[in-house]
Amino acid sequence: MGGYGDVKLLREDGKRLDGRAIDEMRPVTIEAGVLPAADGSAMVTHGLNVAVAAVYGPMEAHPRKIQRQDRAVIDVRYNMAPFSTGDRIRPGFNRRSREISKVTAESLESVVLVERYPRSKIRVEIEILAAEAGTRCAGITAASVALADAGIPMRDMIVGVASGKIEDTVVLDLDKAEDNYGQADLPVGILPNTGEIAFLQMDGDLSVEEYNLAMEYNHKAAKEIHEVMVDALKRRYEGGEA
Amino acid sequence: MSKGQVGAEQRLVTPGMVVGPSSGKRAGSGMIAEKIEFIATRVGWLHEQNNVVSVSPINSAYMPRSGDLIVGFVAEVRNNLWFFDVNGPFQALLPMSLAPWKVEFGSTRKHLGIGDAALARIQEVDEPHNMVLTMKGVGLRRLNEGAVLSIPVNLIDTLRGDNNSMVSRIRDVTDCRIIVGDNGRVWVHGSSDDMRVARELIQTLNQEGHKNTFESAVKALENERGEH
Repeated sequence: MGGYGDVKLLREDGKRLDGRAIDEMRPVTIEAGVLPAADGSAMVTHGLNVAVAAVYGPMEAHPRKIQRQDRAVIDVRYNMAPFSTGDRIRPGFNRRSREISKVTAESLESVVLVERYPRSKIRVEIEILAAEAGTRCAGITAASVALADAGIPMRDMIVGVASGKIEDTVVLDLDKAEDNYGQADLPVGILPNTGEIAFLQMDGDLSVEEYNLAMEYNHKAAKEIHEVMVDALKRRYEGGEA
Repeated sequence: MSKGQVGAEQRLVTPGMVVGPSSGKRAGSGMIAEKIEFIATRVGWLHEQNNVVSVSPINSAYMPRSGDLIVGFVAEVRNNLWFFDVNGPFQALLPMSLAPWKVEFGSTRKHLGIGDAALARIQEVDEPHNMVLTMKGVGLRRLNEGAVLSIPVNLIDTLRGDNNSMVSRIRDVTDCRIIVGDNGRVWVHGSSDDMRVARELIQTLNQEGHKNTFESAVKALENERGEH
């Protein structure tokens, strides 16, 4: 972050290198219930990102020291597949995946009605199969749909979405080049019905005006993604009442 | 069961969806009241009955309640008690004092070993999900024969039908003894051929998950078997 000066990320016609307008999102598709063995699952494609989330539980929390007497704990494991990027990633946990697992767990805890399941654990596994900037957002969106699919009670779903700054211009949904050579990145988790923020991270610098514009883009995109999420759940269960 | 508003279309809701104003109504299961609105907390069909708005979930985990009839498997045996897997988030405990036999300290394994199935009732569940089972009661026993099948918890009502009418029909048509546990486990016992038929019928319910399809499958089987 911080910009590379000589890298051109905006075309002369004002559009971005991949032809998108500055407030245009990459295409998003969501499918719920993709893994038969899981209690709930979802696959999200966001541009070239592919994230699969699986939810297991509620189950007894092990080891016992992680149990909470008054609520459930959410155990998130975010992992990037070794083949998800151009350069092979060494398999297993690293500092980045630990951080993302932690922020994802904390944001999901704010929407799941954890007090309904004391001493339990809800396990959320997020696997990134293909990465092109914005995997934590795709992962959170996938985890939300998977939790809903598993029948876990939540007061809202979380939509993961990011905006950023390239060539002093605020843009929605950074792709890989924009993420690598841009000036700032602002991924947020938004509760689409209330507009509340479940998590927010910022890499790089934004002025107050730029931040406000970035958040405006994020809120707009969150509404669009939320419609796709609801549609995915409805498609899964279409065919009438059980 | 009434569905949504009378005459209105069935409505599928998702978590966070604002269902409507909460004035004069109460929030049932799968629903929370926030300020002046009802918000759905689960994916399911919206129901309104007696001024209570609730969601009947499409997918849900089994949450034990006292009085539930369950089919459990022994997961662990101690000298004076058994731990049962009851398809819930926690294991349930059966003390030897609530077993139907006269059990002496240290001889629990003679009556029920790991992996054995039993029909039991949940005596007590406390807030942190500690569960106590009882096998003292009519019909509660060790299940020595037959097969135990699993169905999603939300399909139990469909399998049972109104006043157990559907289970009775399946019992008649398949000639099997069938007990539907509240924990999504179904015990089936009959001749191997009859059990295969019952198993196929329950698989239809698992795969389709739809009341009408299941009813027509039962009806088709009744017609087919009635002719013989």
